[in-house]
Amino acid sequence: MDLLKRFARDRAAFVGLSLLGLLVLAALFAPLLAPFPNDVFDFHIGNRLQPPSATAFFGTDRMGSDIFSRMLFGARITLMLAGIAVGSALIIGVPIGLIAGYYQNWVSDALMRIAEIFLAVPQIVLAIAIAQTLGPSIENVILALSLTYWPFWARLVYAETRSMRNEVFVESAVALGASPWRVVVLHILPNIASPIIVRTSIGMGATILTAATLGFLGLGAPPPTPEWGRMIAESREFLPEAWWYALAPGVAIFLTVLGFNLFGDGLRDILDPRTRRSV
Amino acid sequence: MSSLLDIQALSLGFRTEKGIAKVLDRIDLSVEPGEIVGLVGESGCGKSTLARAILGTLPEGQTEINSGHIRLDGVDMLSGGKAAEHLRGRVVTFVPQDPFASFNPLFRIGTQIQDLMRFKAPRDGKGSFGRSRKADEASAIAMLDAVQLPQPKAILDKYPHQLSGGQRQRVMIAMALLPQPRMIIADEPTTALDVTVQAQILGLLRRLAVERGVSVLFTTHDLGAAWEICDRVVVMYAGQTAEIAPREQFFGNPRHPYTRMLLDSLPAPGRDPVGIPGGVPSPLKAPHGCRFNPRCPRATDACHETRPALIAEPNGHAVACHHPWLAEAEAAHV
Amino acid sequence: MSDANNPPILEVDNLARHFPVRGFLNRKVGSLRALDDVSFAVEPGEILGIVGESGCGKSTLGKTLMGIHEPSEGEVRMLGEKIASPGQKRAARIRARLQYVYQDPGASLDPRWTLRRSLHEPLIIHTNWPKEKREEKVREIVKAVGLPVEHLDLYPHEISGGQQRRVGLARILVLGPELVIFDEPTSGLDVSVQATVLRLFRDLKSEFDLTYLFISHDLAVVQSICDRVIVMYLGRIVEVGRTAEVFASPRHPYTQALLSAAPRIGGPRVTENFTLQGEPPDPSNVPSGCRFRTRCQYAISDCAEIDPHLDDQEGHGVACLRWRELNA
Repeated sequence: MDLLKRFARDRAAFVGLSLLGLLVLAALFAPLLAPFPNDVFDFHIGNRLQPPSATAFFGTDRMGSDIFSRMLFGARITLMLAGIAVGSALIIGVPIGLIAGYYQNWVSDALMRIAEIFLAVPQIVLAIAIAQTLGPSIENVILALSLTYWPFWARLVYAETRSMRNEVFVESAVALGASPWRVVVLHILPNIASPIIVRTSIGMGATILTAATLGFLGLGAPPPTPEWGRMIAESREFLPEAWWYALAPGVAIFLTVLGFNLFGDGLRDILDPRTRRSV
Repeated sequence: MSSLLDIQALSLGFRTEKGIAKVLDRIDLSVEPGEIVGLVGESGCGKSTLARAILGTLPEGQTEINSGHIRLDGVDMLSGGKAAEHLRGRVVTFVPQDPFASFNPLFRIGTQIQDLMRFKAPRDGKGSFGRSRKADEASAIAMLDAVQLPQPKAILDKYPHQLSGGQRQRVMIAMALLPQPRMIIADEPTTALDVTVQAQILGLLRRLAVERGVSVLFTTHDLGAAWEICDRVVVMYAGQTAEIAPREQFFGNPRHPYTRMLLDSLPAPGRDPVGIPGGVPSPLKAPHGCRFNPRCPRATDACHETRPALIAEPNGHAVACHHPWLAEAEAAHV
Repeated sequence: MSDANNPPILEVDNLARHFPVRGFLNRKVGSLRALDDVSFAVEPGEILGIVGESGCGKSTLGKTLMGIHEPSEGEVRMLGEKIASPGQKRAARIRARLQYVYQDPGASLDPRWTLRRSLHEPLIIHTNWPKEKREEKVREIVKAVGLPVEHLDLYPHEISGGQQRRVGLARILVLGPELVIFDEPTSGLDVSVQATVLRLFRDLKSEFDLTYLFISHDLAVVQSICDRVIVMYLGRIVEVGRTAEVFASPRHPYTQALLSAAPRIGGPRVTENFTLQGEPPDPSNVPSGCRFRTRCQYAISDCAEIDPHLDDQEGHGVACLRWRELNA
């Protein structure tokens, strides 16, 4: 609870935490909160492109569906997509980084060179290429994002592990005869957890942005999936008259990314032992 | 009194998250022209803070000066005025503990010395436009020669990382001497050096100071180094002045219990070093009265209640203690 | 000194450790001879000091004995058993018997582990004792180093630096080592703390029947705690002998210079007539013959050609061509 108190003291981090809280609530309770839960897939041509009103808070789209309801369900897709993509990137990248950072031989060199090849191409370009080849679907977006994101984690964990390797307590555990497994899992990993957690939060924001971009380019989920990026893409032909059509998903993406970034920055300050050290 | 440096009742603290750390508590210190004074104390005693206060390099937003003054050559150094600014780097210069960190690694030694001269070295008559590079280089070489660096011309063309620790410290001393200061503040200048190099540097520093009549305020935690170089020794403990005495008096007849225990802690063959139980108190929660009282075997109620005043004897030996060792007590340490 | 009943606990034979010096594109362009042709023996129960200035190879020696570095040449035997030689992997059994104490033993504690967990770890690695037996041993050692058992549930940052040091030592002692290597254990300590630490080392030595190899640059500390002392210069042993003898009548010109550099409170100012010039040369480019000759005021032309060997006279050895005439 000390953690919550520290968050409360840092205004920016607290805003981030609140934004993420809202997002998670929206995703969890979308069916309960949405005034027209069926509008995600149903359409009512008669109501198309209505401006915001008491019944449709954010207006309606080209199919006459309630944008607010679709936004809530979109939060689910966004969170799931980013969560699975970042999670699998972590599952691939962290062990590679640990192994490469712990052993300093040709295997670690080879692993890091592969990671660098991935990093040499902008993630979005690579993701577009993969998503394009595999065809538009949510699964393929996730696959494209994880395949392009793991090298980032491998690189981060590699650098952290290398610097941990020089810590006296790690060297002394090795000198004591501890197995590499023991040293890596019990000593190194817990001590580099903070930067990984921080980057995960910020990385979630980045991934959501990339996923939205893919959706915007039509490489994401097929219609009528209420994916935020796709919603903005759909709105293009009705701008600027139906301004609300693009506004709602745009603001949602903005706030979500902002929330993850602020939260991540706050975590960095809180988890950094240097800011915690007493005088 | 015409002391070159005169510090009286200086108290200052740092604002921290957990309150005010009272780092210096009514410090008295004076340095006469041409005198080498050792400022001795263990980590956390405030000696570096005092050195930085004189040099005006304390963190501005966090420092709180509560009382006292620092006068250098009659100028108030705490007011932050133009006069004080002019003295820094000219009348008083600095030799740091870690000379490597004090150089810019990207520039040659010669360039860094010339930069310094352009700003701080005395301008003999002409304005800065009249100075020639040649003359600058000649005086830099003369100074490197004075600190006994072989091949001074070659040194000017080198980068800091190409010099050894001892060479870097010699260059630092040369740079400190260039503006022809009246006082040098040397903050643990030999701590990072090996013993044979320390002997060379200490000998050099003392000789140059004596030859040129420069005062030196030398902070150290090494009592042996203080013995080598000082005329007078000041012991600080937890931000308070404990004892001030001429060198022979200090080592031969220490009167403050802390000084005695410190000297008894030195390893020596055939004797078990005594040590001092406990640790230095946090400046956030400094004890009342004499700050040494929690660790002092001679402490009484008086020591908890009132801070002992620094009382000087005619022979220049001053001690701040309610129960000092008597002057005629066995002179065990010489 | 050693006899058949009482063999040396550690024997070092012609030990060398060279580090490659790499140039452009990682090509090996030379070698840094951090340690060269070093031989000595450690007798059971003694404190053997190793002194020298930075770059003399004393830390490399400690790490090579410990198995952190592999020897380039020579071998190390512990109670007759070969434990280190080129290409040899250190056996786990040996790691328990020969322990290395870092400059700051407190830094060997994982900041995210409780003290109890850190103290159990060596036993988990080296024994298959049940938890209760380990706990019993841990408590015994923690008491021996003078720490309350209640502290076991704390984290390193919750105790003082001095207590961290004690826990770090306890972590080494739980395995019951025979030989402990200390690497600069008093460097960076205030004298009032140093005195306490030295006393702790001495108490632990007699309580656990230990032998110490004590690497330090602090001559006063070595003089006060060591039985015998080895003086190193640029990767070589230049002098070895009983501490009292070496400090009273040093034979090698380097030892003489080193000892004369240390301030003597109450004596004359040694810095006023200190004669040794310059600093040790770069260990990647050592002088031929005697490595000290470039700074030695007694050097003659022979010194550049003949590499002096340790001339041992009744336990006091010196590696200098001219020591007899100079000390006559």
